Amino acid sequence: MRNPQLNDQGELQHLLTIEGLPREILTHILDTATSFVGVTAREVKKVPLLRGKSVFNLFFEASTRTRTTFEIAAKRLSADVINLNIAASSHTKGETLLDTVDNLSAMHADMFVVRHAQSGAPHLIASHVASHLHVINAGDGRHAHPTQGLLDLYTIRHFKKDFTGLSVAIVGDVLHSRVARSLIHALTIMGTPDIRVIGPMTLIPSGVEKLGVTVFHDLEQGLRDVDVVVMLRLQSERMRGALLSSAQEFFKYYGLTPEKLALAKPDAIVMHPGPLNRGVEIDSAVADGAHAVILSQVRFGIAVRMAVMSILAGN
Amino acid sequence: MTLALPDPEVLCAELVRQLKPRLTADTALVGIHTGGVWLAERLHAALGIALPLGLLDISFYRDDFDKAGLHPQIKPTQMPFEVNGRHIVLIDDVLYTGRTVRGAMNELFDYGRPASISLAVLIDRGGRELPVAAQYVGARLDIPPGPMLVLDRDEIGKLRLKLDA
Amino acid sequence: MKIHIKNGRLIDPTNNIDTRADLFVAAGKVAAVGKAPGGFGANRVIDATGMVVCPGLIDLSARLREPGFEYKATLESEMLAAVAGGVTSLACPPDTEPPLDEPGLVEMLKHRAKTLNLAHVYPVGALTVGLVGEQLTEMAELRDAGCIGFSHADAPLQDNQVLWRALQYAATFGFCVWLRPQDGYLAKGGVAHDGEVATRLGLPGIPAFAETIAIAGIVELMRATGARVHLCRLSTREGVAMVRVAKRDNLPLSCDIGIHHAHLSEVDLGYFDSHCHLLPPLRSGRDRDALREGLKDGTIDALCSDHAPVDEDSKLLPFGESEAGATGLELLLPLTLKWALEMKVPLVQALARITREPARILGLDAGHLSEGHAADVCVFDAEHYGKVSAAALKSQGKNTPFLGVELPGKVRYTLVQGQIVYDAGPD
Repeated sequence: MRNPQLNDQGELQHLLTIEGLPREILTHILDTATSFVGVTAREVKKVPLLRGKSVFNLFFEASTRTRTTFEIAAKRLSADVINLNIAASSHTKGETLLDTVDNLSAMHADMFVVRHAQSGAPHLIASHVASHLHVINAGDGRHAHPTQGLLDLYTIRHFKKDFTGLSVAIVGDVLHSRVARSLIHALTIMGTPDIRVIGPMTLIPSGVEKLGVTVFHDLEQGLRDVDVVVMLRLQSERMRGALLSSAQEFFKYYGLTPEKLALAKPDAIVMHPGPLNRGVEIDSAVADGAHAVILSQVRFGIAVRMAVMSILAGN
Repeated sequence: MTLALPDPEVLCAELVRQLKPRLTADTALVGIHTGGVWLAERLHAALGIALPLGLLDISFYRDDFDKAGLHPQIKPTQMPFEVNGRHIVLIDDVLYTGRTVRGAMNELFDYGRPASISLAVLIDRGGRELPVAAQYVGARLDIPPGPMLVLDRDEIGKLRLKLDA
Repeated sequence: MKIHIKNGRLIDPTNNIDTRADLFVAAGKVAAVGKAPGGFGANRVIDATGMVVCPGLIDLSARLREPGFEYKATLESEMLAAVAGGVTSLACPPDTEPPLDEPGLVEMLKHRAKTLNLAHVYPVGALTVGLVGEQLTEMAELRDAGCIGFSHADAPLQDNQVLWRALQYAATFGFCVWLRPQDGYLAKGGVAHDGEVATRLGLPGIPAFAETIAIAGIVELMRATGARVHLCRLSTREGVAMVRVAKRDNLPLSCDIGIHHAHLSEVDLGYFDSHCHLLPPLRSGRDRDALREGLKDGTIDALCSDHAPVDEDSKLLPFGESEAGATGLELLLPLTLKWALEMKVPLVQALARITREPARILGLDAGHLSEGHAADVCVFDAEHYGKVSAAALKSQGKNTPFLGVELPGKVRYTLVQGQIVYDAGPD
């Protein structure tokens, strides 16, 4: 089955998921992002690459943070940005997803950034749009959040340099996490030998070992000697769905405190996709401490999204 | 096609000779990736410039993005000095259509407002498509459109010119 | 009309026939098999050289979408699809709108089908009123109106006490209860098999034990009530094993699988192909292989199409929002043949799964070609390979994972009660 993200020349046409992408494409995105980090550090943070192009943010699932970073990234590339909060408009009037997309395509869009509550929605959109349009998945259901996976990868590369000797632990609600899935794919493609998921049985999806990870239900065992700890956000709904008992019990057994972190390597880094739930999955002392690189993730996130948009726009 | 290509080492020395009397204490050299950077490194060392060398990657400022896409080999731009009010010598290996220099100047202006920009090139091969001129030229060669004139560097750092058909 | 179907390969699983023989039809019945009856002057001769002549196919589940879902399909289009697929009798589930829980609705449906004069339609009545799972329907009245069994379709029947009572009531009259084994709570929210593929695609899963727990419960209730049960659309390896045990204990249990589950598995979902959004979900390769084996060794009695035409708009949605179901009436024969070829099952045995066995489960005198009995016949070319295409399908439902795939078997003629209701015409 041909990868729907690649065009006939094997170039990236859409970014829908990290799964199935060749290592060279991931490396190219990371290397390009390095240059954009330099751009965002200087006074004039813009480059003219996407001037005249229109980027439409199609957010069917509300998110101010992610939408804002994509908006900043697009504007730094000199693109015109149009934000569509679909929940409040035609979607609720009964217009189908593809009809909405067709209408917007007719408004000369060049790129769609799509976030949707249903896994597979960006794939459906990408299979439907004209060949000059590029689709970026900004998060679909539990399936994928490829730009987050890439910025996590960039962050790890920045602090740890080489993936081939690393031990990475992903902690928390893996079952519902598109961030976890994307990061697992990214790490396996880059050759990371030891990827661990840690959480109670209720929050670990079936057959996850087949993705190339080791499952731990004991946080202390799972954190032993790891180089990178990625804490996932725990949503309050999980307490109501008979998946967990309480935030307090979760924090006691799966929350990252300085004592638990001490089991990892002394130079381990702590990451979190945000927003943080202090006292639920992560202790403030850790979140604000020396090991945490969370703010770097945000900084790199803009550069990575600029890299993705420019590579796609140029293909 | 047989064309006798000059020795870039000789041309480099010629540029040093032309540039030396025109430099001040805070002139900055900026090399354009990739050939311009090799040349700039040699000139920077030979001229004993105080300020560190600036390196410019113009991938984000090219005018052929829609046709050719994003260039695969991007090296980060480094501008380790204040551009505002600076006299800058922009350095490239071959001056041809002038589009690279236009992109480089656009990028420089996104760093600040220089006092002046002058251009030093190893070879001016004619074929300008924009009103761009070099103040310091190693040699002028008349090469018809088609073949690409490229600067190469061997393992020990010696510069060579090549004509790729 | 006197019809002579000559020189075909006559395959009749019930009468254990697989040989070159002529078939003679008159007055809606089989007049003779093999030798012409004395003075038989045929009005029409069908040359079946190189073709198979078999009993008309019997499909245990085909949704006709009437009443209530006419924008998806109508009786006309789906009955034409049935006979184009060689299907001469079909059972339709009760989940129409309104559900088939009143004799009047059943009579209307039967009447509509009869006037079309195509395939026979055998409605399966609703087990509870409105398929809500609370109150029993008037099963005896529904039987008198034409229902051949009672089912809960895909609606969950959560209250085991209601299920117990329903089975007792049905057993009182000797009615067969058709149940799709799925625990509604365990399956809640799920759209794909809970396993590796659903985890990768981020789709909520339906675990295999949602089916096996339901089967265990049903089997126990069968032991307690003596009710006759037909399990619809098995999908798991363990489920097949449980049926094997129940049959060894001589419980009055039969079961079927849908044609898609005989061939596809979770990996066929690919990049969220909503044509593979089915209920029950396509499960692992091991499950699929166990279903194929179970069909071969007879643990699984029958193959059905589970025909469910879905309008294109309801499929052009993200996987989880798309409507489940695939069109199947015209693929019943090709997919049965494909299974038989791949599993090296003799044709007479394979055709039993879509003729003799469904007839037995429905309690019909059908699915065989015996002198003096109704002439429902299918004449097909087993060697012909055709590409499945939306244009070629007569059903209004073009939703199938097999679009563009070449499948064996082309129906040339279909006869119902001695009338030619389908003639494929020249190629």
